Amino acid sequence: MHGMIMVVYLLTALLLGGFGNYLIPLMVGARDMVFPFVNMLSYWVYLLSVIVLVTGFFVPGGPTGAGWTLYPPQAITEGTPGHSWDIVTMLASLAIFIIAFTMGGLNYVTTVLQARCKGMTLMRMPLSVWGIFIASIMGLLAFPALFVAAIMMLLDHLAGTSFFMPSILSMGQATETQGGSPLLFQHLFWFFGHPEVYIVALPAFGIVSDLISVHARRNIFGYRMMVWAIVVIGALSFVVWAHHMYVSGMNPYFGFFFAVSTLVIAIPTAIKVYNWLLTLWRGNIHLRVPMLFAIGFIFTFIHGGLTGLFLGNVSVDVPLSDTFFVVGHFHMVMGVSPILVIFGAIYHWYPKITGRMWNETLGKLHFWITFLGVYAIYLPMHYLGILGVPRRYFALGETAFIPPSAHLANEAITVAAIIVFLAQGLFFINMIWSLFRGPKADPNPWGAASLEWQTPQTPPAHGNWGPKLPTVYRWAYDYSVPRTARDFIPQNEPPA
Amino acid sequence: MSLLTRLAEKSWERPGIDGFAEPDSYRPAAARVGLYIYFGVACVLFSLIVATYLVRMGVGVHGAAAHGTAGDWRPMPEPPLLWINSAVLVASSLAWEVARRSARALEWDTMRRMALIGAGLGLLFLAGQLLLWRQYQAAGYYLATNPANAFFYLLTAVHGLHLAGGVVACGRAVGQLGMRGNQRRAARNIGLCAVYWHFLLLVWVLLAGLLVST
Repeated sequence: MHGMIMVVYLLTALLLGGFGNYLIPLMVGARDMVFPFVNMLSYWVYLLSVIVLVTGFFVPGGPTGAGWTLYPPQAITEGTPGHSWDIVTMLASLAIFIIAFTMGGLNYVTTVLQARCKGMTLMRMPLSVWGIFIASIMGLLAFPALFVAAIMMLLDHLAGTSFFMPSILSMGQATETQGGSPLLFQHLFWFFGHPEVYIVALPAFGIVSDLISVHARRNIFGYRMMVWAIVVIGALSFVVWAHHMYVSGMNPYFGFFFAVSTLVIAIPTAIKVYNWLLTLWRGNIHLRVPMLFAIGFIFTFIHGGLTGLFLGNVSVDVPLSDTFFVVGHFHMVMGVSPILVIFGAIYHWYPKITGRMWNETLGKLHFWITFLGVYAIYLPMHYLGILGVPRRYFALGETAFIPPSAHLANEAITVAAIIVFLAQGLFFINMIWSLFRGPKADPNPWGAASLEWQTPQTPPAHGNWGPKLPTVYRWAYDYSVPRTARDFIPQNEPPA
Repeated sequence: MSLLTRLAEKSWERPGIDGFAEPDSYRPAAARVGLYIYFGVACVLFSLIVATYLVRMGVGVHGAAAHGTAGDWRPMPEPPLLWINSAVLVASSLAWEVARRSARALEWDTMRRMALIGAGLGLLFLAGQLLLWRQYQAAGYYLATNPANAFFYLLTAVHGLHLAGGVVACGRAVGQLGMRGNQRRAARNIGLCAVYWHFLLLVWVLLAGLLVST
């Protein structure tokens, strides 16, 4: 439940549903999404999916114990918590979520293609929009795999079909199913699951590019390369899925192919990291809260990305598979990293959304506890994983290969996790308190060049732009341009 | 300007809007673009089901043969109703095509008549598919009896739901015809309905081909 809620219902929904809905029309100079009714429907259907998901906590048997991967036959076989009821609500909820996402995704993609204002060419769009745009296309192409898997598993569970269920003995009794292929489910799941990593990551890449550029007062380094890297990462992410299945059994040549494709993805990803660093290089860096989160993201993302190179290799992955090393890796790269960006983005756009400023001290405190805290949580996990400590175990018990220091590390991780959890209260207190008591925000407090900061009203009124849509004359990164009065030129300012 | 040329633009070099037309003057309608993007989604959806069909069939036939067992894949028979339903869908698609062409020629009455016939034939196809299910069940081909059956019911259900959604959208487009000043918009939507119908016909032809040939 934890993994599914965080990856699908929180990260995907927040980055695409939340930031996509808010930023796309403002950043491309549109009044709204092109299909507002479908957009609204998408939200309500999403809410329905969440309600169905949450019912899983209250049904007999409790929530599913099958992990976020929901592998059959375990997920629907007696002995696994929630195998009877919650797996049904989980799969039904996923199917409903995917319907909602399809409606939303169609809106994001079509709005970017069709509703850009005059002068806003594709290559003048901010990288945030590029990230959300490509991630939406990926979601539209990847989520059907999960939809198919969910429907088939529901039928296996409720109607007795054998898409994925082989003939097995359960509790000493032969099941009525036969001939199904659990591996087929794994292929479907990871055909969705790996692109999902980038569905979460690409909007974060885009947003962090904008945060770094604005708060370093520098044009983004290698804009065109950044766009192409987003596109190439999106495309490559569809041919790497089986690196999650090295230990499931596959032809060695497939393992070789998927290892190579996995490592190739590191090239466009490294381009992005270098470009972020080169944007910061000799920039006029303002260490405000959004910038702190953006720089924090670079740290955690490099960390998580590098451990991904370990796991992408078959021979290294096999001994590390299902250990804490994997938990540390993916939490750094697709848990902590995008969440740091989400925090940075909320701090960055909060003045535009609410018309108020937040408390800087509370924001910085929130950042430092969170940033140092997540390292205290996830860094030791890598060492635990190398020791061979397995994941998914409620209690490890007495084992010969796990030293007492591993238990101590686990206890320290728990303490750090509690502190980080409590520190999130600072964020919520800051956001709610500032909404009513925060100082009034300037319409463009960061001196940003992109279009969303140039609205006639702050917060933007209905329709965003008043009677006339804006015209765009330049890209979104004209910062510190020589021989200009200000250190930025808004996108809608005509050339002199 | 090709997409590659657009993506190669050096947007940091030349500020200005020389040569930029008003976006509304050259962009196709959003509904058309949205529909074509949805076709991509639907193609992936059906392709994945077909891919799992072929893999599962392989497990059921070849995998079992390799292990010296009988295998569990039993192809279903092809009753005449399968072909009758297919013919109804072809007729439905033809009616929509006539409606689309009438819309282009501003022949509103023909357009309305043919759109209604097209939607009606679509509903007839759906009823025929339900009847086909009943026939199969009466003959003992239940959902869980065999993986081939399960795939048949799944594929026809997903296709049927797409068609049912199309009927609702078409009903809305036909309803718009009655409203004054909405005729051009309704005509555009009828055109989109026709394209959607052709797409679903193509999907059905491929699915039926798969079901019959395996």
